[in-house]
Amino acid sequence: MSNARANILARLRAVAPQEPAATPEPDFYPAAKLGHADRIAQLKRLMEHMHAEVIVTDPQNWIATLKDVLRARQLNGLLYGPAGPLGAALEANWDGELPPLVGYTEAVEQCKERLFALDAGITSTRGAVADVGALILWPDANEPRLLSLVPAVHIAVLEATHIHDSLADAIARERWAEGMPTNALLISGPSKTADIELVLTFGVHGPKELIVLVVD
Amino acid sequence: MTETVVDFPQNFKEALNDAQLRRNLRAAMDTMGQRRRNLFADLDALERLRARGDAIRWRALRQLPDLLEQLEKKCTENGIQVHWAETPAEANQICLGIIQRHHASRVIKGKSMVSEEMHLNHFLDEQGIEALETDLGEYIIQLDHETPSHIIVPAIHKNRDQIARLFHEKIPNAPYTEVVEELNAIARKVLREKFFAGEVGVSGVNFAVAETGTLCLVENEGNGRMCTTAPPVHIAVMGLEKVVERLEDVPPLLRLLTGSATGQLITTYFNMITSPRKPGEKDGPQEVHLVLLDNGRTKIWADLELRQTLKCIRCGACMNHCPVYTRLGGHAYGYVYPGPIGSMLTPQLEGLDHAGAMATASTFCGACEEVCPVKIPITTVLRRLRTESYRKADAPDAVKGHGYKRTLAESLTWQGWALSNATPWLNALNAKVLGLAGPHLSKLPQVGLLKHWGQTRALPPFARKSLHALAKEKGIADE
Repeated sequence: MSNARANILARLRAVAPQEPAATPEPDFYPAAKLGHADRIAQLKRLMEHMHAEVIVTDPQNWIATLKDVLRARQLNGLLYGPAGPLGAALEANWDGELPPLVGYTEAVEQCKERLFALDAGITSTRGAVADVGALILWPDANEPRLLSLVPAVHIAVLEATHIHDSLADAIARERWAEGMPTNALLISGPSKTADIELVLTFGVHGPKELIVLVVD
Repeated sequence: MTETVVDFPQNFKEALNDAQLRRNLRAAMDTMGQRRRNLFADLDALERLRARGDAIRWRALRQLPDLLEQLEKKCTENGIQVHWAETPAEANQICLGIIQRHHASRVIKGKSMVSEEMHLNHFLDEQGIEALETDLGEYIIQLDHETPSHIIVPAIHKNRDQIARLFHEKIPNAPYTEVVEELNAIARKVLREKFFAGEVGVSGVNFAVAETGTLCLVENEGNGRMCTTAPPVHIAVMGLEKVVERLEDVPPLLRLLTGSATGQLITTYFNMITSPRKPGEKDGPQEVHLVLLDNGRTKIWADLELRQTLKCIRCGACMNHCPVYTRLGGHAYGYVYPGPIGSMLTPQLEGLDHAGAMATASTFCGACEEVCPVKIPITTVLRRLRTESYRKADAPDAVKGHGYKRTLAESLTWQGWALSNATPWLNALNAKVLGLAGPHLSKLPQVGLLKHWGQTRALPPFARKSLHALAKEKGIADE
């Protein structure tokens, strides 16, 4: 067994503090305080700039909007979490003309091939941040991590009241530091790269399309 | 790539004469600089944000041993296994051990500069393990057996024609195309199969939060999420300076990082990993390992002036704005980290006797310092390294490989100069002799060092009378 840990810490501990303790720190993070409507507008503007499609809808019509989105595309199925926040509503309102709902109910080891073959996935979101234009996702047992990553189309449902001014605001208000999930994500658009001549292209390894249904 | 023999002057000459390289590079660097300026248009806000970033990083470094122990404790509580490595060789062995324990032979990698520092791919390759880079830029250069020429856009030295030829030659059944979207699609297709089949994922770490034991990764492509989510095992490698104290330290640093690097408000993905798959969860790795690498960082840390180097968040802005880097590109530097950050960091990691010349690849124009998101006094550190290059061999607490430029002749010359200036009669004598010889000195035969120096400069004639003597003649009594 190597002594790396002990050696490294011993080297660091051997250096006596050579400077006074903490100095006052500027507490600066640029984020405007916005009203409800402005937050939605800002999020929509910034995410659309990053090639996400953002549709503002309401609690009565979001399923119908979703169906329109799906009908406009040739999709072989829609991956979803049956026990997640959207599961019951999706199952209750599905019809045969739509791409079949496929539940993500088994461990990835049992369903990896099926997962990689599906065209679209739908998730709920924990919230969003308006100042940079990004969704917050905390994937869990009911809506696993690969659901928002592997299918080429990711549809995300966002409740408008869950939009924060900034990430700093979300972390503070929701006290993230008291208990982080296995995985927390910010997602600002479909996957992209500019590695060839800085030419921006979308849909590299993750989803090629991100569609956000903002339920207001 | 061997890094023991780097012929800087030759590398520089070749890079400067490569017209294609200079065209590819210049356009890209100007674009990246402009994008950064567009994003940080409010200069007052930028200054306040940089001050905050500086303070956050310095606070973290000040508590480094405590924070590393806290990070280890939190990670362990969360189920992440923490490993410590003093050298790249140790870190490589740790990775190999984990990979072998899982009988894995297919490793998929997200972009990580520390893994480049370890030469992990080369090491695993020698062990018969495929380590595939999945970031598009890294994938391109790996296909061509190259190393990154930029820490953010690793294949920026290549243009689309060169990449088109490379894909057509190296990827089975890939058609020749210069359309960037199509090149992208070819890579997506190849790499998706690799994501599907990868047995171990390797990633770097942008920030590690001691408070919660969270590893933060910044990316646009989704390959980082793939590597850290799809395989059953995830190994994260990080330089031990990347730790920050609190979760609330992350948003300002994230803004500074994405803005400085590519002029983005935020990347497509910000991926925060706090534990392996929990019972009941359906995906994510069963095991997450964190490898903390020292490789000379503790030595840098011990020196308060050089410690500034470790504030770096690897945004690459210093490179994009450096008049030396933007003309040479990264490969001429010969080491993993090029540009101003490389010129600061590499001589300290590798030793001045190996990489000390990098500290001379600067005009001291200070553009890097002006854009640095955490306000590293880069020119001060570089000047220090140049001084260290001449320090006595037995100097205590000196930078590794110091004094490599120190010669007997030069030491004697400076000792003589010091003696002369401290001894009035000797100084007067010297002034007289040089004054007499003055006009003839410029006619000295130009050989050796004098020839080299004189190629682009006129040798100045010494004045017949010293300033001292002139002042005296003018009747200035107390100069």
